[in-house]
Amino acid sequence: MATAIEIFKHLPKKNCGECKYPTCLAFAMQLANNKAKLDDCPHMSEAGRNALASSSAPPIRLVRIGTGRNTVDMGDETELYRHDKRFFHPTAFALRVSDDLSIEELEKKVDHARSLHFERVGQVLKLDIVEVECRSGDGVKYVQTLEHVSKLVDWPLVLRCRDPVIMSAAANRMRERRPLLHGADPDNIKEMVATSKSSGCPLVLCSDDLGKLTDMVEVARKEGVEDLVLDPMPGNMKDMLERCTVIRRSAIRKTFRGLGYPIYLGMPVGKNGMLMALTAVMKYGSLLSFEEMPSSQALPLLVLRQNIYTDPQVPIQVKPYLYPVNNPGPDAPILFTTNFSLTYFTVLSDIEKSKVPVWLQVVDTEGLSVLTAYSAGKLTADSVRNALEASGANGRSNRGMLVIPGMVARMSVKLNESTGLQIVVGPKESSALPKFLRSMN
Amino acid sequence: MADVPLPKEKWTGSIGELELGNSQDKGGSRRSVRLGGNRGMPFLSFEDGERRMIAMAGLVADSLDEVPQPVRDAFGDDAKDPVRWARTWAARGADLICLHLTSTNPEEGDASPESAADTVMAVLKAVDLPLIVYGSGHEEKDSKVLEKVGERARGERLLLGHAEESAYKSVAAAAMANGHAVIGFSNLDINLAKQIVILLTDFGLGKGDIVIDPLMAALGMGLEYSYSVNERIRISALSGDNMLRVPMICDCTSAWKAREATDDVPHAGDTLERGVWWEATTALAALLSGADILVLGHPEAMELARMAVSDLGGEN
Repeated sequence: MATAIEIFKHLPKKNCGECKYPTCLAFAMQLANNKAKLDDCPHMSEAGRNALASSSAPPIRLVRIGTGRNTVDMGDETELYRHDKRFFHPTAFALRVSDDLSIEELEKKVDHARSLHFERVGQVLKLDIVEVECRSGDGVKYVQTLEHVSKLVDWPLVLRCRDPVIMSAAANRMRERRPLLHGADPDNIKEMVATSKSSGCPLVLCSDDLGKLTDMVEVARKEGVEDLVLDPMPGNMKDMLERCTVIRRSAIRKTFRGLGYPIYLGMPVGKNGMLMALTAVMKYGSLLSFEEMPSSQALPLLVLRQNIYTDPQVPIQVKPYLYPVNNPGPDAPILFTTNFSLTYFTVLSDIEKSKVPVWLQVVDTEGLSVLTAYSAGKLTADSVRNALEASGANGRSNRGMLVIPGMVARMSVKLNESTGLQIVVGPKESSALPKFLRSMN
Repeated sequence: MADVPLPKEKWTGSIGELELGNSQDKGGSRRSVRLGGNRGMPFLSFEDGERRMIAMAGLVADSLDEVPQPVRDAFGDDAKDPVRWARTWAARGADLICLHLTSTNPEEGDASPESAADTVMAVLKAVDLPLIVYGSGHEEKDSKVLEKVGERARGERLLLGHAEESAYKSVAAAAMANGHAVIGFSNLDINLAKQIVILLTDFGLGKGDIVIDPLMAALGMGLEYSYSVNERIRISALSGDNMLRVPMICDCTSAWKAREATDDVPHAGDTLERGVWWEATTALAALLSGADILVLGHPEAMELARMAVSDLGGEN
């Protein structure tokens, strides 16, 4: 992506404000951050537009599969490291079924995929895709299986089949769901590209050689097929990490268009496969396909994805609420903390460690930690009082006491005035809570 | 066929080397482990062709007060005795023992520095692995405990934990006087990580005597912060920031504190298996963001971490 100054050179420099930004430079800065569109400027010259359009094409193409409300977006990433801005499109997880399974086995597997559904800090964590593999070699059977799966689940689909004739029939039958086709190899690429073109479905290109993958991209693009995904077919974790890194760095650092596409990875079964998947979540995998997904491994995998794809500038927040910790009764004290998830989890785990029953009031500070929130005016005597009132805290605890974080001891007087509660200043560090709470009882 | 040039980053720095544990010819009685030296981001052989050592440290404590139940259970009766516990780790292939002298905490057992040092000497006698030794986290007491431990284990080249901005002099002195190395702890911030290295080197420690601990937050407990702080530290070091060119230790045992790791959750499978993966996932994030030493609690999580290092082409 061009820098604001490079973009600015191509702008009309009229500072007319019609783009809704006061100056052309301000507009350029918004463009550089992907927060404005080139079309917002009505005075762009044709030459300037062309120069900017090609340099502002995303280094990694956005590829969407599925339709309507059930879509998965892959690619359109701009960073190598999440701290530089963020990772945008979370790694998608597909569970694979095949057309040699009995109806019962098929339904059982799809049910299992659906059962892996968890809610966590306000977000739903789940698998995203069903991949249907053709193992029977029978085109009719494969399409029947696809149709059955389509009825079972409305998730996007991946069609996994190397036979170009069967794939062509299947893709054209399923085209309205816009499945991802897996895939083309150097032998079948011509037919697969034709199928992708006629059905309008995105296509995965498969080769364990990045040079060959680049060649295949060229073949597809010549036919006008641009919605591509790359499968670098790593045989082990080291190859996977290195190939994914080369693909991502080439696309972003070198704007190497031949590898500027999302990455598909098939995961081996077993522990090594799950370790590979966890690595791929952190290092550039766009879609991971699993033959099996043990329940005990699903939640760690889903939480890792949630963690890594969090916007570093927008902290995860927990719901403002009065949380009971260690089975508190009416005589338990009220503590408060902020809704920044890291602060909350730390405080929660330290209170649990103390084994002292406590009502923990989470105050909405827009995800800021205690001291930051206080300095920014997001944590005030009023906001604490409002949170306590909204959660009905005073009806739950009759101890008449509010323990406040030591970092904001200076809020004591105002808090006492606004809540009428006795204010007890707690420790500055959460780690001192167990000792503090035990001494209070 | 199209030529795909390898997109190497132009690193100008490398991670310094550090040795833990002294063999007999150097005045100790054990194997030694050499860490660091990396010239590229973790596990990219096209940036750094050498196989780098990742050391796996097994958690041992002389009191079970703060040890998560599933970790305790994994060692059965052996967990009641730090010597047997350490031997079990050695038999299971740990590279280091990470011994917490929790019993010295004045608010719990308040064991004396002498008895804590006895424990350290007993563990040193029982296993030939290098040792990481922590006090109980009680500032004043730790300075006495680590001073005594440092003296008694002179020549063995321990890694003493930990020094932090508000309290580093006594630990640093205990290490310098007796040839040990020190963990410089900081709280999830690249600048604080740098600050503790500056303080320790200004105090007189060499960079080859320092390991940084930027605080590894567990999966679901802020892992993404640690992942990014670690990556930034490693990138700065490779880009030539002299004060960050030291090996990194990541304690993954906090994974067991996450409720979701071991609570009953519908459809989330066996709680022990999930807990093991919770710790292993935390370990993997540490590995990919730059860890040189992992501290692990559960032996099966260590097996998974070892499998990952081996699959990634590292040495352990």
